[in-house]
Amino acid sequence: MGGTFPRGDAAIAGLATFGLGEATGWSAIELAARAGLDAVADAAMVLDDVDGLFVCLPDDMFGGLALAEYLGIAPRYTDCNRTGGSAFMSHVAVASVMLAAGYIDTALITYGSNQRTAGGKLTTPAKSSRYEAPYKPLFPISAYALAASRHFHEYGTTRAQLAEVAVAARGWANGNPEAFAKGPLTIEDVLAGRMLSTPLTAKDCCLVTDGAAAVVLTRTNRARNCPKPPVPVLGAAAATWHHAISQMPDLTTTAAAESGARAYAMAGVGPADIDVVQLYDAFTINTILFLEDLGFCPKGEGGRFVEGGRIAPGGSLPVNTNGGGLSCCHPGMYGLFAIVEAARQIRGEAANPIEGVEVALAHGNGGVLSSQATVILGSIATV
Amino acid sequence: MSAQPETHWRDALAEGRLLLQRSRSSGAVVFPPRIMEPGTGEEDLEWIEASGMGTVYAVTIVHPRPPAEPYNVVLVDLDERVRLMSRVDGVAADAVRIGARVRARIVEEERQPLLVFEAA
Repeated sequence: MGGTFPRGDAAIAGLATFGLGEATGWSAIELAARAGLDAVADAAMVLDDVDGLFVCLPDDMFGGLALAEYLGIAPRYTDCNRTGGSAFMSHVAVASVMLAAGYIDTALITYGSNQRTAGGKLTTPAKSSRYEAPYKPLFPISAYALAASRHFHEYGTTRAQLAEVAVAARGWANGNPEAFAKGPLTIEDVLAGRMLSTPLTAKDCCLVTDGAAAVVLTRTNRARNCPKPPVPVLGAAAATWHHAISQMPDLTTTAAAESGARAYAMAGVGPADIDVVQLYDAFTINTILFLEDLGFCPKGEGGRFVEGGRIAPGGSLPVNTNGGGLSCCHPGMYGLFAIVEAARQIRGEAANPIEGVEVALAHGNGGVLSSQATVILGSIATV
Repeated sequence: MSAQPETHWRDALAEGRLLLQRSRSSGAVVFPPRIMEPGTGEEDLEWIEASGMGTVYAVTIVHPRPPAEPYNVVLVDLDERVRLMSRVDGVAADAVRIGARVRARIVEEERQPLLVFEAA
């Protein structure tokens, strides 16, 4: 019997972000520790409460061990999942099940990266497969560009529709003091961006920033006694259908169609119940693919769906309300920032607060559309 | 088969032959080379000679910083129903269209045999 989930048994009791944008002089592990300490304090706990450590540092395959040593804790369980930017959604799934089972009592999920000030390039150990590398695709952008080319071909999606995604993200970022990229951005600006891998310009790509985020999960009954409103985990599911882009079965449909459906079933909700949506927007095409695959619009309609500012401030569906990876921050692996923003919306403490958020979705992407993982969070009233 | 699948495939490519694997029981064609049929685990794979004919499934034109010239990167669906990454030679980078029929050609690049395509 697979697919069951302890709906609402675990909750986010603490959260933090730190150093978004440029954190000059900070190392990745210092950033991860700083956000971790802040999240523990936000839950009114102490470091010694943490007995499950979930880490995915960008440059250290053994980052969980390094961070346990750095923090001076001896966790019952340490997890260095390497499924890319969606690793943190998988962390939430594992931590929730472990908390519900009583295997651990408090999980700390944390991430930090100094990729901007350390060199200015995406920090990732991932690369093209041996069968792809000789053709010199830009990794990872050309993989997403190939997916976009197919979406354009099958559904008539346009570069202007991709640009709508970037413009919407900037609109949200302009209201978020933490966001790195601010200022006016028009569809024309995006279209005039430097072409990197058709049809994607530099302005269709996420930022390269520093930054750290962390969340503390504990059993919901305990989280009720923490100072901040608890944010129960209603569902969490991960799916993978390929690794290399050349092996993706259908470039216009991602495994989010599976992870989303499973997470919805666990949570007992559907797309119409989601009040705010956080999607891993490494590239503008991601937002369109995930809006479709997670059921917010029919397959192929994503480009038309985002037109007219529908996902921008004032639109009918709030998406990436912090500014997303496109305009808030993208420190290499963005997934945890989507989770934090979803939880902040439920707590009512987001920079761009959406009125009355009861259910929020945070969706992560890893590799080249390879790993998809969906987390659904609720207010305490939903459990 | 004596050599490991990936080595066998590369050795054949160096001889100018494009090989694929096929399951004797299911008939499914497999690429990249593996020790078993993905999904089923069947180990009854045999080598077959590919027709070399395919159709462009997706395309992107990479724009490196000048003075380097733009170049195309494609995904090709071979007629044997497997997909691979490659490029289309002999046409302008922006002239490659999804749906175009292409034919495989093995060239040498950076002292390695390399599978590319040209318009069929």
